[in-house]
Amino acid sequence: MDRRGFLKTTLVAGSAALAGSDLSAQELRDPEEFVGILVDTTRCIGCRACEVACGETHDVLVPDVLNDGALEEQRTTSDKQWMVVNKFETEAGDVFVKRQCMHCYQAACASACPTEAMEKTKKGPVIWHGNRCIGCRYCMASCPFDMPKFEYGEWNPKIQKCTLCFERLEEGQKPACVAACPTDTLMFGTRAKNLEIARHRIYNHPDDYVHHIYGEHEVGGTGYIYLSAVPFDQIGFRTDLGTRPYPEYTKEFLYSVPMVLFGVPAFLLGLNALIGGPQPGEEKAVEFESGDQGGGDEH
Amino acid sequence: MSTNATVTGEFSRFFHFLMQEMKPRGPWLTPFNVISIPVIFTGVVIIVIRFIYGLGAVTNLSQDFPWGFWLGFDVITGVALAAGAYVITFVVYVMKVEKYHSIVRITVLNGLLAYIFYAGALVFDIGRPWQAYNPYIGNKFGFSSVMFLICWHFFLYMVAAFIEFSPVVAEWAGWEKARKFLKSITLATVILGITLSILHQSGLGALFLMAKPKIHPLWWSEFIPVLFLVSSVYAGLAMIIFESTISHRVFRHLIPHDPKHSFDDILFGLAKGAAVVMFVYYFFKALLFIHGKQWSMINDAWGYWYLVEVIGFVLIPGFMFAFGYRNRSLNIIKIASVMALLGIVLNRLNVSVISFKWYAEVHYFPSWQEIVVTLMIIFTEIWILRWVVTRMPVFKSAH
Ligand code: SF4
Ligand code: SF4
Repeated sequence: MDRRGFLKTTLVAGSAALAGSDLSAQELRDPEEFVGILVDTTRCIGCRACEVACGETHDVLVPDVLNDGALEEQRTTSDKQWMVVNKFETEAGDVFVKRQCMHCYQAACASACPTEAMEKTKKGPVIWHGNRCIGCRYCMASCPFDMPKFEYGEWNPKIQKCTLCFERLEEGQKPACVAACPTDTLMFGTRAKNLEIARHRIYNHPDDYVHHIYGEHEVGGTGYIYLSAVPFDQIGFRTDLGTRPYPEYTKEFLYSVPMVLFGVPAFLLGLNALIGGPQPGEEKAVEFESGDQGGGDEH
Repeated sequence: MSTNATVTGEFSRFFHFLMQEMKPRGPWLTPFNVISIPVIFTGVVIIVIRFIYGLGAVTNLSQDFPWGFWLGFDVITGVALAAGAYVITFVVYVMKVEKYHSIVRITVLNGLLAYIFYAGALVFDIGRPWQAYNPYIGNKFGFSSVMFLICWHFFLYMVAAFIEFSPVVAEWAGWEKARKFLKSITLATVILGITLSILHQSGLGALFLMAKPKIHPLWWSEFIPVLFLVSSVYAGLAMIIFESTISHRVFRHLIPHDPKHSFDDILFGLAKGAAVVMFVYYFFKALLFIHGKQWSMINDAWGYWYLVEVIGFVLIPGFMFAFGYRNRSLNIIKIASVMALLGIVLNRLNVSVISFKWYAEVHYFPSWQEIVVTLMIIFTEIWILRWVVTRMPVFKSAH
């Protein structure tokens, strides 16, 4: 009885924590309301006003756009810069591409995070909560775009990445980069509307665009979507990421957890009872001799 | 009143007893001490630096390589090698195979310490360990996170393994009542421990499922959790063979002679088990390879490296275990166990570090500090193990 009672409580406690897992948090969000940004790379002139605006808004690095010659090299975002503009020499001439967190619809980082420090908010931005993060960097390992960046040089490191200007959105403003863009390369709006605009542009100017909207289906759809004049693999995008939302890769495993948690103990108890006989080391000797000498354990 | 007096009496008795037990036994200037003490000391200094200046000050981790040697070797590999405890408690307590009973205590102790130290190494690796209580009492639970599951299971498993081992502690401390009680809940904790082990051994593999585009396709598969689980079984068995061979040499004077089940017999049994599991594992690997139509990948450096792991360190040691069992050759079995263990190390590192971003121009390589800290962890574990084994009735009942 003792044993069973103990096992039962443990199991219930354990699986209450896991069986009730809410694996489909994304259902809470309304896809219609989900906001994002459309980047039309054919319009970008590489002025990097967005980089400056981003740095100023979020108190991270503000690049010296005129003198740093940063377009000559391929950069990635870092723990000091949430977004970068890179230049690609292509058949359609120089193409400038702004890169940052894609604000995935079903974000790998958020589903990876053990403490929900990475959170896919209802409106769409994926944001980080410092008071929850334990710094395990599972979000970095999981993000298909390698966007979360970690402060390796800090005793109290933060995860740094684009927040889609979550605070500004709350105040009813546009993201800083969009507000700063002089060429309408960046369009802020609901993803549904952005997709419509993107399709329109392709439809109206079929020769100016490749007929693909990056982020429409990639990794299950992203908040940022891109238009381009050249195939996306020529301007630094991975085209082998697939269309399956990344959290689904671990979903099956997680679904099997409650099953194992209940099934295996039941199976093992049954097996044990089936075999019968005394437990090894169950002290047959105890009744006959004093416990101190109470051998049996080593046999 | 009188209970109070007995409690204080018992407490002071235990305190004196503990002080007595803390004193070193045996000579100080052994080769192991001479090597391990400076390493442990250096490791502590490195850890202090890490906590002041950040992970970047002592590791080669980067934005491209968020997980390195501490996670890939200490945690992922260390936990696989600690699998012996759940395998052997299954055999002894669930299947009631008396033969292996004599190695249960040492194996569980090894497992417990391995979890405390290797899973505990996560504390150095994660960036904000002072918030590590978050997944437990947390303001938020990441239910959809494999890491969340692993955090919980490590913790619960340590509790279970400690309860499994606790009768030995009670016996050592002379707490007879506690010992009887703890003994009586062994089966329940064993079953809990096995269940948790199944989940987190496979869970460690599941950590890499979302890293699909970053891991070389020869190592990524949606079946990584199953592969990790199956290989943990033979990893555990090989580790028991390896460890007990060493401890039988080092602690020879502590081990009573068991006339019914000779130590060699036990090793042969373990070898047979390991061989079977390794063949199953190999078969599964081969199936995935053929099913994934990966022939085209085999003809470059990564392909050869894959073959080294799968043939050289799974198939061959598998055959050696089988051969050693057939021909009753302990030496072959011992060599096979070392090879099988190396194979596990290779596999876990291949998945978590070596083939991670195999396309990167500059690949991660651990810094010397990362390696020293790893050695520090191993050495400290051995120190504690030695202390426990020479004081508590690990190999035999007390007194
Ligand atoms: S791009 Fe990466 S960091 Fe951004 S939401 Fe997607 S998974 Fe998360
Ligand atoms: S590093 Fe922080 S934000 Fe990223 S997964 Fe770990 S706890 Fe979550």
